Amino acid sequence: MSNIPNPGAGKPLLDRSDVRVKHASGISGTLSAFYDRVRSGDLGSLPVVVGLVIIWTVFSTLNPIFLSPTNLVNLLFDCSTVGIISLGIVCVLIVGEIDLSVGSTSGFASALLGVLWVNNGWPVGLAILAAIACGILIGSIYAALFNKLGMPSFVSTLSGLLALLGLQLFTLGKTGSINLPYGSALVSFGQTLVMPDWLSHTVALLPGAIMLLVGFRSAARRREANLSTQSSGNLLVWAGAITVALELIVYYLNIDRGIPWMFALFVGLVVFMNYALTRTQWGRSMTAVGGNREAARRSGINVRKVYLSAFVLCSSFAALGGVLAAARLASSSQQAGTGDVNLNAIAAAVIGGTSLFGGRGSAYAALLGIIVIQSISNGLTLLDLSSSLRYMITGGVLAVAVIIDSLARRSRVSHGRA
Amino acid sequence: MTDASREPNATQQVVLRLRGISKNFGAVSALTDIDLDVHAGEVVALVGDNGAGKSTLVKVLAGVHAPSSGTMEFNGKPVSIADPSAALNLGIATVFQDLALCENLDVVANIFLGRELSPLRLDEVAMETKAWTLLNELSARIPSVREVVASLSGGQRQTVAIARSLLLEPKLILLDEPTAALGVAQTAEVLDLIERVRDRGLGVLMISHNMEDVRAVADRIVVLRLGRNNGVFTPDASNHELVGAITGAANNSVSRRAGRRAQQEISQGERQ
Repeated sequence: MSNIPNPGAGKPLLDRSDVRVKHASGISGTLSAFYDRVRSGDLGSLPVVVGLVIIWTVFSTLNPIFLSPTNLVNLLFDCSTVGIISLGIVCVLIVGEIDLSVGSTSGFASALLGVLWVNNGWPVGLAILAAIACGILIGSIYAALFNKLGMPSFVSTLSGLLALLGLQLFTLGKTGSINLPYGSALVSFGQTLVMPDWLSHTVALLPGAIMLLVGFRSAARRREANLSTQSSGNLLVWAGAITVALELIVYYLNIDRGIPWMFALFVGLVVFMNYALTRTQWGRSMTAVGGNREAARRSGINVRKVYLSAFVLCSSFAALGGVLAAARLASSSQQAGTGDVNLNAIAAAVIGGTSLFGGRGSAYAALLGIIVIQSISNGLTLLDLSSSLRYMITGGVLAVAVIIDSLARRSRVSHGRA
Repeated sequence: MTDASREPNATQQVVLRLRGISKNFGAVSALTDIDLDVHAGEVVALVGDNGAGKSTLVKVLAGVHAPSSGTMEFNGKPVSIADPSAALNLGIATVFQDLALCENLDVVANIFLGRELSPLRLDEVAMETKAWTLLNELSARIPSVREVVASLSGGQRQTVAIARSLLLEPKLILLDEPTAALGVAQTAEVLDLIERVRDRGLGVLMISHNMEDVRAVADRIVVLRLGRNNGVFTPDASNHELVGAITGAANNSVSRRAGRRAQQEISQGERQ
């Protein structure tokens, strides 16, 4: 009786013709839909945001310097290197595999950079390309072992971890560490270069603007196709909120030096990978292979190529991260890529919401996750805690993240959202 | 056993013609000299006991396995099917027994998996519209195409799988046990769906263990036994005949009961 047809539309919307389904409308509807989603275990990036708020509150009460612009800019410099490595980890996790050797790959890349550039006098660009090419080669080897010999990636990359560590030591030779020249473009990029204020403020406008543009265009197309559309009020509120938030962050960071170019590069890669993973056929194939490999194969997807692309991307991102880490420290040393680099990269991806079980994850997981990890390590350093405690606390946070992932997964299964 | 030449659709175009198809796995011959015709606008049911070779035959047609010998004709032209995408390109779509959907993707993504529109900038609007069109043509009841497949019921998943197989406008659609995991209402829904697919002029080859389902929709029933042809029946063939052909034995519980019933009738007739 209350079913009054919309006078403007001649026939019901294609995707709204089933009366059994509830559809959120308006802002209160959006909020309650979000609440339902979270309750059923589809947490998205909620845990990481909540976690970040807790971590930042704790550390800033313990040491007010933590939230100062100077420290946050440092944090962003430190985030970028491991963050880029973590971006590669997201790729392999989405297809349901793992790369445990990203730390060694990055260490080897940094050693290669030092030897080729400083010791052998190659142009720096060529040395970087050589390091990334090595990453591509390493990824191809893992993919070949996986595709041709059926070697589990867990084992192949574990042996790669050792082999590459050996290769790194061999490349560096007896000296053990090579200092990269201060004042060179690469080292400045890793240590000091920041975006000019006007540029960072302009760039911060872009996400909101793009959101509006894409949103209105797709809304127009959906109306044409007789599909339901998001209300333009919603879109405006979201775009406005994002723009204000980004401008505030940029303003705050610009009180100190500003946004590091290296972090801008990292965010650029994240945005690019997010587009590739969600809006291209390749990204769809990655998610499909991670969800159900056999189904993907039967749909005519070249599953081997998908695995190859995932492993190659992971190792190349690791190599790039290694190059940037060398720039950040102005040295290629035997310690590069050892210690907690490996696990931090994997932990960041998982904390950010990439599932260890494959088929779920996004590029933004790397960004959010690495900020959490780096906040912890940065905050603990500020408190002058020993590295023993740092490792224990980071390990605990990782455990909590994986527990949340498992519980949410169980809840998703029981709510039919797996 | 009825004669194979008594086909109801003999006048219609033959979509698929198999002659002498064999498939060996090492020492085991899963299929031996299989002959099979499927016409346009016809539902052919493929029945047989466990291990009769039904699924193997479907996999050969879908390009999952290559046949060891024999000839295949599709639309009158001899073809060989090397891999799943070759089968798809020919116009053979398959709905596998184990559904083969990605539970972590939504309905639209599953329907278009591997055949997305504009690969470098996915056209979600066009894909969603097409998905709704396909589902509406099948009068399917899917609550939302933006929900992940994990949230759908078995019958709805089967519907998605069938809609998916229709995307490329195939000439022949293979269904491997389409109703095996479904409840009563859902089975009826899928059988309706099969009739609608046939009415669109497609050839349908359906595997089933359920004689009732087979009788409900099939135009012809092809029996396989131990990897060989064992007769072609019309849907009005008696259960006794079908079970006999499937098991290869004239003496089984079905025939014994039928025999007992016949005897009872005779003795009752004598008494009267």
